[in-house]
Amino acid sequence: MDLGSQEKIKRLADEHGPEQLLVVLGAPDPESAEIAAETLVLGDPTYAGALAEVQLGLSVYHMLEDELRSQIPEDVFEEQIGVMVDVLESEQIAAAVKGMREQAPSDG
Amino acid sequence: MFEGKQVVALGERDGIAGPAIVKCIESAGGNVAFSSTECFV
Repeated sequence: MDLGSQEKIKRLADEHGPEQLLVVLGAPDPESAEIAAETLVLGDPTYAGALAEVQLGLSVYHMLEDELRSQIPEDVFEEQIGVMVDVLESEQIAAAVKGMREQAPSDG
Repeated sequence: MFEGKQVVALGERDGIAGPAIVKCIESAGGNVAFSSTECFV
């Protein structure tokens, strides 16, 4: 994940508390979605950014996950996301992000 | 789902871009605190 984004997210978590943040990913494949989710839940696996060894345990979803998609008005989703549902590996991406979300430290 | 939350939209150029995520979240009443569109080459 971009180092600038890591820094910004860490600052927002410090400011509002990690439980108040919800991160939505737009990653193009399961691998990059999983790495981004891991960075947000367990810390930066590359040890390069501000989230290295920082277990924020953030709520992280991919834009294509049903749980998130169901919250968005259908016409807006169709206009903004539309064909990407079929172009990207939606199910595999959703499974990768969900799997990482479930690894969030229970003590917060 | 978005009530009382600060939403971070981390889009990607080859997937779903940040502004598209922002429009979706805001249309559902969410408050976007930060958004970006990353690019891996």
